[in-house]
Amino acid sequence: MIDVLIDITLLAFLAITSIAILRMTNLFATVMLYGIFSLLSAGLFVVMDAPDVAFTEAAVGAGISTVLMLATLALVKRPQRPFYEEAPRTHRAWLPLVVVVVTGSALIYGTWDIPGFGAADAPAQTHVARYYIDNAMPETGVPNVVTAVLASYRGFDTLGEVTVIFTAAVAVLLLIGGRRSVKADKSKTQEKQDEA
Amino acid sequence: MLTAATLAILVTMALALVRALAGPSTYDRIAAVNMFGTKTVLLIAVLAFLSGRTDLLDIALVYALINFIGVIAALKLVTHGNFHSADSAVNDTDKEVTE
Repeated sequence: MIDVLIDITLLAFLAITSIAILRMTNLFATVMLYGIFSLLSAGLFVVMDAPDVAFTEAAVGAGISTVLMLATLALVKRPQRPFYEEAPRTHRAWLPLVVVVVTGSALIYGTWDIPGFGAADAPAQTHVARYYIDNAMPETGVPNVVTAVLASYRGFDTLGEVTVIFTAAVAVLLLIGGRRSVKADKSKTQEKQDEA
Repeated sequence: MLTAATLAILVTMALALVRALAGPSTYDRIAAVNMFGTKTVLLIAVLAFLSGRTDLLDIALVYALINFIGVIAALKLVTHGNFHSADSAVNDTDKEVTE
């Protein structure tokens, strides 16, 4: 009973936050609301018995993403005015609204065929899930089935993902990292010296 | 008892959400997000005892840590206007000293 109440309340908060993010033109406030959105969805994941997903959502969604978006905001802010000022509203968008409503209706229509949450006859439960539940512990020795699938059965897949992320991080650091900020500092100090 | 605590936390979350949406100044919003994070930690802790799954308490701890880091990052951005990490403040003070 209380679970249902928490579900409904958190979902209502989620909807309110999403609409507020859409309507807000203040970028700083939007990032703050993203943080709230992330905390809310992580709370929902906890209520739906997915603590590992909630862990990831908390670390990535609420933690790293907020810091990264704030860092982006600090880099792209306009020099003249503060970055947290309201931007003027420029246009009305009826066509995008119609497209979104039609697409959303199609997607909601599609969800009618999805089996219920945690249903025993769902395809996800009937094929390989039984095998993993029966054999994960004796085959891999990992007590958590999700961890066993990610780190052992799909170990090479995870290794590939990690390689991709590492390569992307190295490329980004090579392109925009390190040396540029040193140069900027140098030019600033040179300007100061010139002025002096 | 836990039900009453849950209801109280949900009401507080609603109030914090209102402040985050309405808050005229930047600091109102930062304080609202910080408070919302705290309420999420409390909600998860209460949920852990409601459902008897005490391993959820680990997640509550992670949230508390991450909430702290996020608020520090936001405040640093607002105060300094940039993120050149800790050494920017050090450099600034150095420059002031040398100048």
